[in-house]
Amino acid sequence: MSAVRIFVPCDAAAVSVGADEVAASITAEAKRRGLAVEIIRNGSRGMLWLEPLVEVATAKGPVAYGPVRAADISTLFDANFLGGDSHPLSLGLTEEISFLKNQQRLTFTRIGVTDPLSLDDYRAHGGFAGLDKARTLKPVEIVEDIVASGLRGRGGAGFPAGIKWRTVASAQGSQKFIVCNADEGDSGTFADRMVMEGDPFMLIEGMAIAGLAVGATRGFIYIRSEYPHAIRSMQRAIAIARRARVLDDSFDLDVRIGAGAYICGEETSLLESIEGKRGQVRAKPPLPAHRGLFGKPTVINNVLTLAAAPWIIANGGKAYAEYGMGRSRGTMPLQLAGNVKYPGLYETAFGMSLRELIFDIGGGTASGRPVRAVQVGGPLGAYFPESLLDTKLDYEAMLAAGGMLGHGGIVVFDDSVDMMKQARFAMHFCAIESCGKCTPCRIGSTRGVETLDKIAADIEREKNVALVRDLCTVMTDGSLCALGGLTPLPVLSALDHFPEDFAPRLRAAAE
Amino acid sequence: MNTDKIIELASREVAALKAFLGPDAPAQGALLPLLQAIQHEFGYIVPDTIATVADELNISQAEVRGVVSFYHDFRLERASRHTLKLCRAEACQSLGSEKLAAHLTSRHQLEPGHGKPDEGLSVENVYCLGNCGLGPAALFDETLIGRLDEQRLDAIVAGARK
Ligand SMILES: Cc1cc2nc3c(=O)[nH]c(=O)nc-3n(C[C@H](O)[C@H](O)[C@H](O)COP(=O)(O)O)c2cc1C
Ligand code: SF4
Ligand code: FES
Repeated sequence: MSAVRIFVPCDAAAVSVGADEVAASITAEAKRRGLAVEIIRNGSRGMLWLEPLVEVATAKGPVAYGPVRAADISTLFDANFLGGDSHPLSLGLTEEISFLKNQQRLTFTRIGVTDPLSLDDYRAHGGFAGLDKARTLKPVEIVEDIVASGLRGRGGAGFPAGIKWRTVASAQGSQKFIVCNADEGDSGTFADRMVMEGDPFMLIEGMAIAGLAVGATRGFIYIRSEYPHAIRSMQRAIAIARRARVLDDSFDLDVRIGAGAYICGEETSLLESIEGKRGQVRAKPPLPAHRGLFGKPTVINNVLTLAAAPWIIANGGKAYAEYGMGRSRGTMPLQLAGNVKYPGLYETAFGMSLRELIFDIGGGTASGRPVRAVQVGGPLGAYFPESLLDTKLDYEAMLAAGGMLGHGGIVVFDDSVDMMKQARFAMHFCAIESCGKCTPCRIGSTRGVETLDKIAADIEREKNVALVRDLCTVMTDGSLCALGGLTPLPVLSALDHFPEDFAPRLRAAAE
Repeated sequence: MNTDKIIELASREVAALKAFLGPDAPAQGALLPLLQAIQHEFGYIVPDTIATVADELNISQAEVRGVVSFYHDFRLERASRHTLKLCRAEACQSLGSEKLAAHLTSRHQLEPGHGKPDEGLSVENVYCLGNCGLGPAALFDETLIGRLDEQRLDAIVAGARK
């Protein structure tokens, strides 16, 4: 009898709640019972509340159990989970779980399905279809297909990827670079990490396509040091791709590791960092597309932007553009996080409302208390009150509601949140992470923290609230980059939508 | 005393950079990987190695110091045997990370961000570990922990101080 294939995720989130112990326990128990099993460490399916999610391959498709603890393994064997039989942790066929079934996965198609470091698995599941096709196209055809797809940068700013590629393609340079921004610093985001751990060859393929499109022969993936699993996974994948000659002298990649600076997610600061300098933001122009890494024309894109390229080239830009709404085309891997019952990765066409995502899909809060605030787009994103939850997840709609979609991270808070503390944290975070180049960002944020502390202590409240608003104006107008420029977003949204949290509390309590 | 080791690490990193980018690549491009290698080797950026690093990469000592001080990861002092990086960012806040920080301070006299290198454990703040669906999250040395609670923290502290 051939060995039963069992999937236990190697994704860092799954490992953080015991996936390694579960895998070890399955191996040990199978051995004890004299049963043949093959354990595949797949990526995560993105249903984080079910992690560690164990799947068993059956004739009907993978059958899921979760969340599994090492202590559950012997009862799973007793219940014949190797045959896909029922157990209290049974979830049925994985593909039928509604959280997964209702997604529109174009980027995350293989993640959780394949062995991330198996090139054979990658090929068998459609991998390299985009790169193979790109090799038959002229560079300009690749670029124009990306333009036609409507793909916009998934790192936060939403700049059209095709236009950026076009600029670099037409720039003159003895050497050009593809740089992948894998700094993923926003709280509430983990999609880049899941790609790097769950389907690293897809990112390699996307970067190779970008290389062909613009005439670049070298690329860097800049990964934050807070992601040791993703770093290892990418390094291994690159080594495997080199051995298989997927990467060679005509296009080769290297991993660079960050050093704990949020600002190094900003593209010019990231380039400085690779060059061995302090991660200080450069003034633009020149654009990185003209003078980027080591002064050479450079495409710098987020992981998800580059990871979308293989599908687009394989299926055509038009097919991608058929998903989405307005000027937000294609799909967005949304990340549902914080105090939510069903946290995870949810890829779907642009246009779903926050309310649908948080309640219909996310099941409301994990604590069971009412949702009070939702921060969208990371630490520089606005806090949405309940009354704005019908806002659609699309670049323009979020902007119109006074927020931003950013990298697609959505963090849910229940009614125990203190919005004054959140406003203070936004200023505090800006103060810690400021690169120091502009005074409004560097000094303004520190003054913001002090002033909010005064409001908390009920010292000249109205005057100090006005001062915080003034500081925000100065930061918005006088900052070189979005760290100083957008920190006012969470602060002002807290003030505007949750004024009661800035009211004098001691007095209110006494009355 | 560390000079030979630093020279060895520097030539390795510069050679790797030039192998990848070509002989004209500026050696300074190897600075971050080199500092990371030094910190990996010695546990911190030993201050008396800075001059050698600067020489090897053909940059000024001020430049090296500027880089070391800019990035939160680099330490100029010896580290504890173990490091716990507690996530203090928003998603983990929404799941109670601030209570855990307070618990570390009150119960264990370990104030995040104020590590005492002679202790077995230093606790640092980190802003997101990409485990925002399963917070509160922390990184204990290289082990990522999800759904952290006080009990687990107590066990980590006890284990690290042994
Ligand atoms: C403070 C700050 C932090 C940023 N962090 C990231 C990040 O972690 N990842 C990312 O892809 N983009 C980040 N960005 C956006 C980048 O500057 C840039 O827009 C992006 O890398 C371009 O790629 P894209 O067009 O594919 O999104 C950040 C921007 C700012 C201002
Ligand atoms: S806004 Fe802040 S982080 Fe951005 S360039 Fe200015 S000082 Fe640096
Ligand atoms: S906010 Fe704590 S892991 Fe992301």
